[in-house]
Amino acid sequence: MVPFNVLIFAALSYVAILFSVAFLAERRAAAGHSDWLQSPLIYTLSLSIYCTAWTFYGAVGYAARSGLEFVTIYLGPTLVMVGWWWILRRLVRIGRSQRLTSIADLISSRFGKSTLLGVVVTVISVVAATPYIALQLQSVTLSFAVFAQSGAESWDRSDFNATAMWVAVGLAVFTILFGTRNLDVNERHHGIVMAIAVEAVVKLLALLAVGVFVVWGVAGGPAEMLNRIDNSDITLWDQDHGRWISLIFLSAAAFLCLPRMFQVLVVENADERHLRVASWAFPLYLFLMSLFVVPIAVVGLDLLPAGSNPDLFVLTVPLAQGQDGLAVLSFLGGFSSATSMVIVAAIALATMVSNHIVVPVWLNLQSNRQAMMSGDVRHVILLARRLSIAGVLALGFIYYRMSGGGTALAAIGLVSFTGTVQVLPALVGGIFWRGATRVGAACGLVTGLIIWTWTLFLPSFGAGAVISQSIMDFGPWGIEWLRPQALFGITGLDPLVHGILWSMLLNSGMLILGSLLSFPAPLERLQGAQFVNVFERSVAAPAWTRAAAAAEDLLVMSQRILGGREAQAIFEREAERQGLTGYLPETTPEFIERLERELAGSVGAATAHAMIGQLTGGSVVSVEDLIAVADEAAQILEYSNRLEAKSAEQERTARALRDANAKLTALSVQKDAFLSQISHELRTPMTSIRSFSEILRDGDMSAAEQGRYAGIIHDEAIRLTRLLDDLLDLSVLENGQVVLNEQTGDLSALLDRAIGAAGLHDSDLKIVRNRNEEAVMLSADLDRLVQVFINLISNARKYCDATAPELTIEVSRTPNDYYVDFVDNGSGIAPENEQLIFEKFSRVSDQSKAGGAGLGLAICREIMHRLGGDVDYVRRAKGAAFRVTLPKAKMGAVLAET
Amino acid sequence: MGKRVLLIEDEPNIIEAISFILSRDGWTVHTHEDGETAMDKIAKMPPDMIILDVMLPGRSGFDILRDLRNHTASKDIPVMMLTARGQEKDRELALRLGANHFMTKPFSNSDVRDHVRSLMEA
Repeated sequence: MVPFNVLIFAALSYVAILFSVAFLAERRAAAGHSDWLQSPLIYTLSLSIYCTAWTFYGAVGYAARSGLEFVTIYLGPTLVMVGWWWILRRLVRIGRSQRLTSIADLISSRFGKSTLLGVVVTVISVVAATPYIALQLQSVTLSFAVFAQSGAESWDRSDFNATAMWVAVGLAVFTILFGTRNLDVNERHHGIVMAIAVEAVVKLLALLAVGVFVVWGVAGGPAEMLNRIDNSDITLWDQDHGRWISLIFLSAAAFLCLPRMFQVLVVENADERHLRVASWAFPLYLFLMSLFVVPIAVVGLDLLPAGSNPDLFVLTVPLAQGQDGLAVLSFLGGFSSATSMVIVAAIALATMVSNHIVVPVWLNLQSNRQAMMSGDVRHVILLARRLSIAGVLALGFIYYRMSGGGTALAAIGLVSFTGTVQVLPALVGGIFWRGATRVGAACGLVTGLIIWTWTLFLPSFGAGAVISQSIMDFGPWGIEWLRPQALFGITGLDPLVHGILWSMLLNSGMLILGSLLSFPAPLERLQGAQFVNVFERSVAAPAWTRAAAAAEDLLVMSQRILGGREAQAIFEREAERQGLTGYLPETTPEFIERLERELAGSVGAATAHAMIGQLTGGSVVSVEDLIAVADEAAQILEYSNRLEAKSAEQERTARALRDANAKLTALSVQKDAFLSQISHELRTPMTSIRSFSEILRDGDMSAAEQGRYAGIIHDEAIRLTRLLDDLLDLSVLENGQVVLNEQTGDLSALLDRAIGAAGLHDSDLKIVRNRNEEAVMLSADLDRLVQVFINLISNARKYCDATAPELTIEVSRTPNDYYVDFVDNGSGIAPENEQLIFEKFSRVSDQSKAGGAGLGLAICREIMHRLGGDVDYVRRAKGAAFRVTLPKAKMGAVLAET
Repeated sequence: MGKRVLLIEDEPNIIEAISFILSRDGWTVHTHEDGETAMDKIAKMPPDMIILDVMLPGRSGFDILRDLRNHTASKDIPVMMLTARGQEKDRELALRLGANHFMTKPFSNSDVRDHVRSLMEA
């Protein structure tokens, strides 16, 4: 038997040890030796406040009642830790960059530093945590009672209440002593964290010790133990899939949303990299915590008389076996679990209450900057926090009294979890979805809170306590679809699953609906972007416009909140950064933004924002400012677009220049080729003229020779003249200066003229014609047309390489046109040259006997275009074929076809 | 019979003029009008010197000159190039390819005569 006094002594000693640990840790941290205090191991152990008395005692009870379902409570956090990369890292990064003080601060800050949302989340958290704190009081009280009742004493109700009250008071004192030493929450509570790390070790050791004793001391080894487990009823319990999934989700979500978890996970986090270690170390811790749960439950059920409270097996089994020392250790483990949870939860909740409820109210009451400047804000905030801690514990105690302490631990825990989890949609929406708005978050939170209260919280007091049995059965005012455990007529669900399902569904639904239907305020948009893009964005857009506040005022206010030394240091650093001497920096928007964040670390985002807003004359970013910023951004964008356009234009210009240059080069090459060609064409007849004139001058020849050479000189002079004429002709045609001399004539006669003028007298080219086809009257510049025909005929004469050259002139007609085709029987023109031949100076062959300078076809095409027709090369199976197209509309003025 | 000059040229009047000038000076003048078959003609009846026009039907005078200089049989035959294009780079090309003289049309008859003489005597 353990005398009750000894137990009290043990408990007090334990608390004293915790005090010392916390005290020493604070001292070390204050002395600057905080290295190992900030190790990932301490961080991981501090996370163990997830395992409260509910897990320490309750898991065994849970297993005894519902089999393996208790595992879900460990699986949820394990999943979150293993998947830390996805959400925890983001939370920690946001928490650190925004200097968040609590989960309420996170929600409030994300949605435009909304005071309202801070209040809502604070209320939810406090309401949801209250049963949980009551639960801890209950478990400690019960454990005391176990020892007391195992002795001679018999406890009645008042003993329980007194114990619970003293426990609550003790915890409040401890928490106030160590939890409100620093104002800046971000400076972290080294003492508290160290103490809960120690407690984490104590409760793990205690549970392992009981487990080892049960397996080896009672059951007689692991094999025997497994036999017992196989024979017990525990493994036979039905596993309801819906409940399992719900519970895993619930515990995972609660792990993220519980104020105390946010406190240790985010606020107390010293280094993001600690998450990496915790991601495997914490699941390992949970595994060890759950290792002996089933054995203890099984042995407890076997050993103890029916009707024993399974929630206390961890204590009662060793006691029943006479293991007093082990029982005391176990008691201390449970005590640890309860106290560490209550301490951290109280700190977290007190921070929320003071920052989101007390201080805003106080600011409003004082309602002017005078208060902020003259009143001791630090004092007020600390007082608010201390009162809040006391208040939170008082609420827990009241709940404990009201609920009568009769409900199973686990059931209370789950109800509490579900309440906490109402924050999840706003949290997840806030950090992943930029579109989430304040209105949406408020709608979701309030809806979730109402559904939870109605379906789970109120019924948790027990039927008839708050909600009458008739309402449970038939709904309020007889409206059946409002029955707390069968909302909208959905019956047959487990009450917990039912509550989770509806609250989460409607909460998320309202968040999304509200967000889609509302328009976010400017500050919300800025904050939303910063939260959602926390990993991408390094420089945040300042939410302040250039402030009207004097630096002095800001400094005075900051000193009130941060303390003189800290505040002056911040201002001096900034002044130095701005390159100013002294300690008063310019109040740039960036600086005010930073200062606000510093203040937010003490009083929360919404309050810090409001305080600075008052000092700066409310020059918080307005829609107009945002539009101005947007305009500026738009201008920058436009400017850069213009630059881009300009550079694109420059590129186009450059390309055009390159093209032009290439063209010029090509033209220059063409010109060279042309000059060379012209030179050749001019020099060739000149050579003959010069040479023969010299011969004639030399004399000494026959008269026949003389006549012949004079003839050559004459012909070459003519050739020279023709070439010059061609050049001039083409130049005139190309410049459009040509004057058309319209006449009417017969095509046949025109061809006669052309053949006569083509110089065929000394050629063997045979012309094949069909005069019947040629009976076409034309009205055009006939001289020009004849010029084209001559050109085509003399080309055939020059280029047709057949042994018996023959040129067929075919005339055909379509509804619109007459075609005059000149087809020879030579080898034709290579396909690649078909279009080239119409270019100027582009004589395809080297046949210099062609006589012209390669201008003939170019001139022909120019003429035909002037006349409204065309001349083309037509590819035929054999020979060169040129088609002159004479549009009837242009030339068929008189139709005298025979 | 005097030494043989092969005139490769496609302008009938110029052929006649040069033939007249050189015949009068005592040379035997053979003529050929086509670039493509010029090498065959040279191989069949190697002349003592060649007057070569640049712009010939079938094959350019430069190509023929290159061939001439690549064949042992013909590489020493003096060549005088004629061109009506009158570009400096043509002159350079001709001399680089191994022409002994380069003459631009129109030419003076005495120039032709003198250069043929000097090339024949060399």
